[in-house]
Amino acid sequence: MNVVASFQVERLEFLGAEGELLAPLPDFARDPEKLVALYRAMTLTRLFDARAVALQRTGQLGTFASSLGQEAVGTGVASAMREEDVLVPYYRDHGALLWRGVTMVESLLYWGGDERGCDYAGPRRDFPACVPIATQVTHAAGVACAMKLRGEPRVAVCMVGDGTTSKGDFYEGLNVAGVWHLPMVVVINNNRWAISVPLHAQTAAATLAQKAIAAGIEGLQVDGNDVIAVHEAARRAIERARAGGGPTLVEALTYRLGDHTTADDATRYRSAGEVERARRLEPRARLARYLERAGAWSGAAEERLRNECTERVEQAVREYLAVPPPAPAAMFEHLYAELPAALRPQREAALRAAGGERERG
Amino acid sequence: MAEITLVEAVNLALAHELARDPSVVLLGEDIGANGGVFRATLGLKDRFGAGRVLDTPLAEAAIAGLAVGMAAEGLKPVAEIQFTGFIYPALDQLINHASRMRHRTRGRLTCPMVLRSPCGAGIHAPEHHSESPEALIAHVPGLRMVIPSSPARAYGLLLAAIRDPDPVVFFEPTRLYRLFRQAVEDDGVALPLDACFVLRGGTDLTLVSWGAAIHETLAAAGALEDEGVSAEVIDVATLKPLDMATILESVGRTGRCVVVHEAARSAGFGAEIAAGIAESGLFSLLAPLERVTGYDVVLPYSRLEMQYLPGVARILAAARRAMKFQ
Repeated sequence: MNVVASFQVERLEFLGAEGELLAPLPDFARDPEKLVALYRAMTLTRLFDARAVALQRTGQLGTFASSLGQEAVGTGVASAMREEDVLVPYYRDHGALLWRGVTMVESLLYWGGDERGCDYAGPRRDFPACVPIATQVTHAAGVACAMKLRGEPRVAVCMVGDGTTSKGDFYEGLNVAGVWHLPMVVVINNNRWAISVPLHAQTAAATLAQKAIAAGIEGLQVDGNDVIAVHEAARRAIERARAGGGPTLVEALTYRLGDHTTADDATRYRSAGEVERARRLEPRARLARYLERAGAWSGAAEERLRNECTERVEQAVREYLAVPPPAPAAMFEHLYAELPAALRPQREAALRAAGGERERG
Repeated sequence: MAEITLVEAVNLALAHELARDPSVVLLGEDIGANGGVFRATLGLKDRFGAGRVLDTPLAEAAIAGLAVGMAAEGLKPVAEIQFTGFIYPALDQLINHASRMRHRTRGRLTCPMVLRSPCGAGIHAPEHHSESPEALIAHVPGLRMVIPSSPARAYGLLLAAIRDPDPVVFFEPTRLYRLFRQAVEDDGVALPLDACFVLRGGTDLTLVSWGAAIHETLAAAGALEDEGVSAEVIDVATLKPLDMATILESVGRTGRCVVVHEAARSAGFGAEIAAGIAESGLFSLLAPLERVTGYDVVLPYSRLEMQYLPGVARILAAARRAMKFQ
């Protein structure tokens, strides 16, 4: 029997769990300021995330999906994008959104049940969070196709979770991106849990990166708790795509330290010991240890950063809580470019009903 | 002026928009070199190039999802699903994304796409090749559901669908693709969406239908004329949003109404029209509203499909019942 094709899956990592160097740093990471910027973004993400959970617990926010422990994925990927690229995220990408310029007020409005939270003032072309799993992979392919057809040096960057890799549209998106050689990068936040289903019950594959092989595209695994590795893998993939080198699938191995969402209770299906072991590998402390060792970070800097981030988060929370709910007519706005005649009586009825509610209220 | 078939009219409209608007892109299975399994896209790849007419992998969810992504990024994709029987994987994209993109981003991102698909029974096709799922689409806020019933309306409505700033699902009745020819001028003039077409004026009875069933409905109206009954025929054309005003105005004059559609009866789109008449036109009715539809059965294989479809005899029987009712 002849071997007609053979493959291997590579893993990229630079920082060990104690912040020690496992490999020579890539060029961008030799500048401590660049790493401090990533650290600051991850810290803001974590404090924002914790505050959002607290808001939900006190009835001031809807169901929220925490990204605790996965901050290196969003920050590492978004920081490797150019402004004119397009992010096509899922719903656990707070770090990526913040880096892209989505405001905390917008994110809180979204999770607080207000569509205006998807009307980003900053990244106007970025997609809003995608809730139906895997459906956004084909959007990213469509965006990348538009960029390629117009000859623009731009890249579509799609974020998904590990559960996504079980769905057909994940493969359909990768497959067409491969055939059409699209400028697209798909990053899997492999946090090991899709609600209550652990990775071993999700797939028999040894890695998720190898799902790229069947689609004929580049694939690699990175330590998703190592922001240097995530950024470097994303940077290489994005620049290759921009240069016409085709799509890449990046599997970022991390861990979901929190519940799936605030509506979930992960103690029902996983042990405290597992979570504690994973916590020791988390990305923010790891980078702090490296930066301290490199003389680029200190306890005083940490305190200043925490105070600054807390202040920014609290300011955003105040602004969010001060936004009045949309007027009932908003339901009928932006449904179509122009409200069809057939819908006008329903709009009027809704306004009358809302007026009646106000009178009774 | 050339006399062309409905499928040629589709081709003409696609070519017109490809030439007029550089952001228009076609995508679908076998639409390039093969010109589509019904030849709706015949010659378009040669004329406009592989960058405008894209043969996709065999993946319906991807076709719809690609269109959503392209549309949000500024193109005007016209996607083809080879048969409506294969549209269901694409419904996720239509319902969860295409219909909502404008609404959920407050107009920041939009989805000006068209999803074309040959629909309906009556051409002896294999199973899964003869469905009429327009009511599924018409249920979804944010979408438009359009079905032409003649070459001229196929041309004008498809132009309108492509130029519309929102997602339009455009079903093309396979039974009409080559059934008859009609003079169609390639003048680039779009027909209005969201409007019914009164194909034939009448004073005694209103027949409401769309798509391929219009053909039998018009034949029934002709037979009724021989019986001294003046039947008005309304082609709904755009099911969503529905121009109920035109139907109500007609029923207000005639007092009798028969709705004809090919899809199964229960929760078919005829029920929506009947409800609209019950809500806003009940007191103008002189007889119970009649529905002539496909039966609530699995669409039979081709040997029985003509017995399943609402034929002229069934329409006539319903119309006569409506006329006799005192």
